[in-house]
Amino acid sequence: MYPIMEKKKLSENVKLMKIEAPQVAKKAKAGQFIILRIDEKGERIPLTITDFDRDKGTVTIIFMEVGKTTKQLGTLAIGDKLLNFVGPLGLPSDIENYGTVVCIGGGVGTAPLYPIIRELKKVGNHVISILGARNKSLLMLEEEIKEYSDEFFITTDDGSKGHKGFVSDVLQKLIDDGKDIKIVWAIGPVIMMKVVANLTKKYDLKTIVSLNPIMVDGTGMCGGCRVTVDGKIKFACVHGPEFDGHKVDFDNLMLRNRRFMKEEEHACKIAGVKI
Amino acid sequence: MAVKKEKHPMPEQDPKERIKNFNEVPYGYSKETAIEEAKRCIQCKNRPCTKACPVEVDIPDFIKELAAGNIDKAVEVLKSKTALPAVCGRVCPYENQCEGKCTLLKLGEPVGIGRLERFLADYERKKGVKKPKKAKPTGKKVAVVGAGPAGLTCAGDLAKMGHGIVVYEALHAPGGVLMYGIPEFRLPKEIVHAEVDFIKSLGVEIRYDMVVGKTITVQELLDEYDSVFIGTGAGLPNWLNIPGESLDGVYSANEFLTRVNMMKAYDFPHHCTPCTVGNVAATFGAGNVAMDCARTALRMGAKKSYIIYRRTEKEMPARNEEIHHAKEEGIIFKLLTSPVEFIGDDKGKIKAVKCIEMKLGEPDDSGRRRPIPIPDSKFSIEIDTALVAIGQSPNPLVPQSMKELVTEKWGNLKVDENSQTTVPGVFAGGDIATGAATVILAMGAGKRSARSINKFIMSKKSK
Ligand SMILES: Cc1cc2nc3c(=O)[nH]c(=O)nc-3n(C[C@H](O)[C@H](O)[C@H](O)COP(=O)(O)OP(=O)(O)OC[C@H]3O[C@@H](n4cnc5c(N)ncnc54)[C@H](O)[C@@H]3O)c2cc1C
Ligand code: FES
Repeated sequence: MYPIMEKKKLSENVKLMKIEAPQVAKKAKAGQFIILRIDEKGERIPLTITDFDRDKGTVTIIFMEVGKTTKQLGTLAIGDKLLNFVGPLGLPSDIENYGTVVCIGGGVGTAPLYPIIRELKKVGNHVISILGARNKSLLMLEEEIKEYSDEFFITTDDGSKGHKGFVSDVLQKLIDDGKDIKIVWAIGPVIMMKVVANLTKKYDLKTIVSLNPIMVDGTGMCGGCRVTVDGKIKFACVHGPEFDGHKVDFDNLMLRNRRFMKEEEHACKIAGVKI
Repeated sequence: MAVKKEKHPMPEQDPKERIKNFNEVPYGYSKETAIEEAKRCIQCKNRPCTKACPVEVDIPDFIKELAAGNIDKAVEVLKSKTALPAVCGRVCPYENQCEGKCTLLKLGEPVGIGRLERFLADYERKKGVKKPKKAKPTGKKVAVVGAGPAGLTCAGDLAKMGHGIVVYEALHAPGGVLMYGIPEFRLPKEIVHAEVDFIKSLGVEIRYDMVVGKTITVQELLDEYDSVFIGTGAGLPNWLNIPGESLDGVYSANEFLTRVNMMKAYDFPHHCTPCTVGNVAATFGAGNVAMDCARTALRMGAKKSYIIYRRTEKEMPARNEEIHHAKEEGIIFKLLTSPVEFIGDDKGKIKAVKCIEMKLGEPDDSGRRRPIPIPDSKFSIEIDTALVAIGQSPNPLVPQSMKELVTEKWGNLKVDENSQTTVPGVFAGGDIATGAATVILAMGAGKRSARSINKFIMSKKSK
């Protein structure tokens, strides 16, 4: 059993939790994820690791309450225990000194981006961070990310904070200004990653995206997490979750992520939670 | 008295009823029928059945005790060679093993060895299983990776020898394929739990949520334990590699069966994991896994469930009993048919499969006649769900996490005649070493490995 040590509300439906899981904390690296199951009847869901504390043996997760399981998770309190918490899964990010890197986080995608930014900074990169959200209340980890960024930008769709518009606008400007960008990390909604990848492809600018397909086991056994990369089937849980954004079939990922939409709505209705 | 030509029939759930539930199909023999069936054995001298059993169960001996009404003694003889009789008595391919060599075949049907094994195991379970004697603790420790039949058997045998055993399992439940793959109606999960409880009663500890290669490495296990056994199975699904395989509604057999069996999607939304089949399901392949998929699809509400296979019934790898049960339940067999493309609707959901008719040509390497496409014979079948059950490859996670572990052509771990891998002290067995095979072969490998490991650790200093 894995107790919840800390819980924080980051915005209307986004929560942060620290879970005690020493065996995961000991091995966790930026870019990896965990799979959790709340109780005996629970579904196994993947969540990317936001942070870890090897001394305290805790792993931090941030999640948006979108489906039945994340909503149920949101109702748990400090001291409650999760039945299963497996990880760290997937391959860690390739952290090295590239020179100048741009890290783009959209919505809750900012959460898994944070440890990547931190590690990239630690090895000496010039880190430019761009955080985007629909509005100001949905932004997260601003202070934490600022601390490890050499340049820092915010965009909101409604202009309630920072640049009014999309993360890709800022990226376009950086490119136009002639910044010597070596690599881009983009993590967020599938549509955001697709837009960024399409933009950087024009400039042949390497772009890493982190994919979040529906998973079951997380060990390469079921193939439910398969994504099409460079025309080939890849399992996000073992070959990913990070892939070359120029090779990912984002449209297929969007379709596959809607696989159980109807059932999920039904389950939420029965459980009395709103989707 | 002349020997009865046929096996005593085993009562079963009516096909029309059973496709609406997940309860076990056969009910098993009564004590009286079991004894009568045991009496059919002529106790022939050359014991072909035992020779054909991968773990060499003393079949004529347990049958003799059973025929004489000494049920406890019969159980004892049976269990001295197999750790999971209630499982094997349900899923072993008897027709290729013990029953396939029975002398009675010259006369008619073989002795129902599988049914007798099942009876004895169930009898003992209901009565309460006796704990076997354990050897004195040796102070040696072994880590077992994977709680499938290979790992569990190896763990149980080593524990009986007095060693301290910890099993590291990636999932949240034990049993491997027995739990996530083989459906409830063929192997009730209660039985798997009982077998696992027995192994735990020997002092074996099972740690879940431990993905070896990720949560902990083989090297770390080697540092802590005297030896390591790898039984991680063949969990990597194979694909057809045809267009449309990523459409919504196309599942690997593993995903479909795991959702339904281990995650209990048949009880959705009470259990939280969803899985839907719609009205028409098509399963590709014709092994046990395929039969399980097609029959599970019916129970999940499909009105029509196809098996689509590119060869003929003769080449189907599934057990006879599975094919027989599938037919009884109304599964539609489309033989000499191969899929060429999955077709989706505008929302990316599957709506049909395009197939081509085949004919059989010359035998290939496997000795089976090679299927060849017939030109201009393409046609489509409308379906809501496609289940791809064309085989599994060894799980690459552990081999990839330690480069000293050498693999062979199919990704299986290379082992020597003592089941030792290319890393001294690390042994392997079951599907990870052989490629996808059977429960009994995995168990046999677990047993042999336990003997090798015992020899290995007793000849070196304890950790
Ligand atoms: C649907 C289906 C039906 C079948 N029907 C039959 C049948 O009727 N008769 C028959 O004889 N055989 C049947 N088989 C085959 C049989 O189940 C297998 O051959 C057998 O289970 C292999 O045993 P194993 O112990 O090698 O591996 P598995 O049973 O695959 O067990 C491996 C275990 O290791 C765990 N694991 C994997 N990777 C890791 C890791 N990195 N760290 C920790 N743990 C890990 C897995 O989670 C799993 O629990 C069937 C298989 C399937 C899929
Ligand atoms: S989640 Fe099952 S293979 Fe990736």
